Amino acid sequence: MANPLEQFQIKTLVPIQLGEVDASLTNAGLFMVITVTVISLFLTLGMRQKSLIPGRWQSMAELSYEFIAGMIRDNVGSEGRKYFPFVFSLFMFILFANLIGLIPYAFTFTSHIAVTFTMAMVVFLGVTVIAIVRHKLHFFSLFLPSGVPMVMAPVLIPIEVLSYLSRPISLSIRLFANMMAGHTMMKVFAGFIVPLGIIGGWAPLSVDVALTAFEFLVAFLQAYVFTVLTCLYLNDAIHLH
Amino acid sequence: MSDNKPPETLENLDTRLHQAREKSRAGKTPGSSPGKEEMSGYSMAIRIGTEMVAALIVGVGIGYFLDYWLDTGPWFLVVFFFLGSGAGILNVYRAANGLGMAVGYKEPSGGVSEHLSRDDTSDGVNGNNSKSGGE
Repeated sequence: MANPLEQFQIKTLVPIQLGEVDASLTNAGLFMVITVTVISLFLTLGMRQKSLIPGRWQSMAELSYEFIAGMIRDNVGSEGRKYFPFVFSLFMFILFANLIGLIPYAFTFTSHIAVTFTMAMVVFLGVTVIAIVRHKLHFFSLFLPSGVPMVMAPVLIPIEVLSYLSRPISLSIRLFANMMAGHTMMKVFAGFIVPLGIIGGWAPLSVDVALTAFEFLVAFLQAYVFTVLTCLYLNDAIHLH
Repeated sequence: MSDNKPPETLENLDTRLHQAREKSRAGKTPGSSPGKEEMSGYSMAIRIGTEMVAALIVGVGIGYFLDYWLDTGPWFLVVFFFLGSGAGILNVYRAANGLGMAVGYKEPSGGVSEHLSRDDTSDGVNGNNSKSGGE
């Protein structure tokens, strides 16, 4: 039976060595390039006509714009509008990476913690910098909830700081674990289809069909959760409760 | 809505669009309702789980690193394990209660920030350290 974890292996396609740094194009890098290209094509070609009454493709492009714009308006408010380009890019990148990864033989780079943790770290550092720039030292009042007796402060402040620091970890683990678990599960069931033969093979096959549909849901949901949490963090940074 | 009306002019539509846009911009109070209801049970379960685990990873990681760096036996690991568990439970509580992911949640009424007069900080720190370091 094929190894269900083989699909996550990173293979070097074009070896590039920049001094000490190994900057080779791997299959993960290739699929990132593909993802960005597909998004660019989807949006620019979709909006090519710019008709007042959108066609199917244009309305899909507009729908994704409206979806993120509404998400920012609901969760951050009007001050969040200037962060729209970042949040929109983030959402489209994750969503298309997840969806392209569902194509057979494609590589899902969101199933790698290195990728998701980098994205989460960018969000986390960016949000922290925004908060400090906007609120200066008042930002650190975040770590002591108001109305807490000072006796509790030495215990509570470390807990709040840890809780704050755990944000990028939980953000990245959630996306990576979902994608990795789904793809592994699909491969495990797929590995049973042929060995069980024409009589028993139908059971894992039908499970796989159901899992594929479920994976489409997860692909969208995880992109949504990642962006919605980014919006909530932005809201915290801007309004500081 | 009937289709018998004569088609509107584009200028008319434009002014109405502007009005609607202004209204939707002004009407929202920020941070009032994070989109919670749309989440399914599965994603909620995953979220709560990772929330707990992530805080533990951070706590144990910091503790392990401090011990490795300062060569102080298991003590920082022990202390930060418990702090991490506390942070994890706090995260779960917040996520489940729908308070957003807010660190330092404040009551909307405000005016409670003047509790800073007492200086019991050193007391608590010592109590904490002597418990873990006293053997």
